Amino acid sequence: MKKLIIIFFIYLNSFSILNALIKVDITRGNLDPLPIAVSPLHVENTSDKLENLDVKKLGINISSIIEKNFKSTGLFNPLKKEAFVQKPDIAHLKPRFEDWRLIKAQALVTGKLSVKNNKLKVEFRLWDLTASKEMIALSFTTTPTNWRRVAHIISDKIYERLTGEAGYFDTRIIYVAESGPKNQRVKKLAIMDQDGAKTKYLTLGNELVLTPRFNPSNQMVTYLSYFRNLPRVYLLDIETGKQEVVGNFPGMTFAPRFSPDGKKIIMSFAKDGNSDIFTMDLETRVVERITEHSSIDTSPSYSPDGKYICFNSDRSGLQQIYVMKSDGSNVKRITFGNGIYGTPVWSPRGDLIAFTKVRKGRFYIGVMRSDGSGERLLTENFYQEAPSWSPNGRVLVFYRETKSGPQGKGFSAKLWSIDITGYNERKIKTETDASDPSWSSLLSK
Amino acid sequence: MKFNKNLRNIFLIIFATLALSACSTAKKSQTSGDVYTGNDTVEYLASGVKDRVFFATNKSSLTSASRETLRKQATYLRKNKKLNVTVEGHADERGTREYNLALGERRANAVKDYLMTYGISGKRISVISYGKERPVNSESTPLAWSQNRRSVTVKVK
Repeated sequence: MKKLIIIFFIYLNSFSILNALIKVDITRGNLDPLPIAVSPLHVENTSDKLENLDVKKLGINISSIIEKNFKSTGLFNPLKKEAFVQKPDIAHLKPRFEDWRLIKAQALVTGKLSVKNNKLKVEFRLWDLTASKEMIALSFTTTPTNWRRVAHIISDKIYERLTGEAGYFDTRIIYVAESGPKNQRVKKLAIMDQDGAKTKYLTLGNELVLTPRFNPSNQMVTYLSYFRNLPRVYLLDIETGKQEVVGNFPGMTFAPRFSPDGKKIIMSFAKDGNSDIFTMDLETRVVERITEHSSIDTSPSYSPDGKYICFNSDRSGLQQIYVMKSDGSNVKRITFGNGIYGTPVWSPRGDLIAFTKVRKGRFYIGVMRSDGSGERLLTENFYQEAPSWSPNGRVLVFYRETKSGPQGKGFSAKLWSIDITGYNERKIKTETDASDPSWSSLLSK
Repeated sequence: MKFNKNLRNIFLIIFATLALSACSTAKKSQTSGDVYTGNDTVEYLASGVKDRVFFATNKSSLTSASRETLRKQATYLRKNKKLNVTVEGHADERGTREYNLALGERRANAVKDYLMTYGISGKRISVISYGKERPVNSESTPLAWSQNRRSVTVKVK
């Protein structure tokens, strides 16, 4: 469905740390966001006209998306365009650094684009205004309809250059779109760009669907569907729309996730009232039992190296988080704080486990190290759960529900994101009510 | 002045007594522990045969009232040999979604197991968990949550 973007690196200079004078410290939150000027990309006059796309506006539209991405991180402060002092095409050739410094910008993004023979060519440069130096220059060629992805890829490259961490803008979020009264919710699988654009519905809402999760290595999705009133884990290829039941279990399967290599699905299977954890190899179809315990074992999530699994169990009486080796041996409880713990999910960086905690009737999203130490609660609310990691392990997306009055009045479910520093909590705009978000890996690697 | 004060005190006492009694009657008639004991949401499989039983938070154990309801369901099922049922397990909205799916499954099976001990074949009883997805009362109150922590026996058509 998506055509691959071809990336031509023209030249990459001053890539060494030595030359980089401006650097954004992402470990301490958004106390002092970096002022950055994103000049509208210059559109070449010789560009073709297109029927379904306003080519003249592409320059400003791409720069607006970059600005919105930067603002959403809380790490950057995109400056107002009215204050800009140089025309986009001239600035792109050679900025007058002292003029840009005058409006307090520390970094500047410039660029130009052209559309010819149904090919969109975009180039951009990032300038360090303090050191009066170019930091990065790249060019991309793709089909014009991919212009939003170009904006996200540019955002990723700049984020990477300025923070030293991989970006997360050229990504998508799959979630459950909700509508209708609370006791008769219609739920559909939906997918959108990370910034809320290009929403697409993947199911019709005829049956209940829950907990979609991306495969970390491709664009496959696993989720729970109540198709024909048989709650089972399904596998969905979002490129082709093809879907199938995972395995042949004589009962409910739920809480699915992929292994880090994308080759297995790990999930719960409920039999005679008891839920245990199983895996199924997608290629060989071999099913393996991982836990065997008379209590509820659910919400499994692999460590990024595939060697460990964290999961949720009430074997101690109430919901707690446990870690075991991926063969099911060496089960260790890691949560001992006040309250109950659920939905553990391992960071793609491997260092942290995100979770939901319930204490005294309040719900928290938090992170802890994989041995259970260093617990930090990031946000508290009436009801929120199901954190999912951005591919760089810096941001969590989760869903939050409001308290409702008689007949469910005032009920809503929305997606939110928060930085793992605990700063920069934001509501993510969705066309409908939304829950169970799952963040994809970077589309272009 | 003094008269006014006395009068006000009397009013306060009357008011407080009324409030207290209203409160205690509401609680007595609706829940025990946090298990719902009322009949507001209950439907009937047949005359006198309630379709549902209620659970305490995070629990799937059957109360004595629940067992009485289920014995009546078993009697009814023995009399109607061709009838099959689905037991739906539900949870309240105050837990994480995946755990609630498992909890609903556990609650539905607690009911199925009990019906089987009264001679009903397991083949006649299917179970399904809806977790917190199908509340019977959509309000966010302890009373609504107690009504939602339930297993419902539904006739298969």
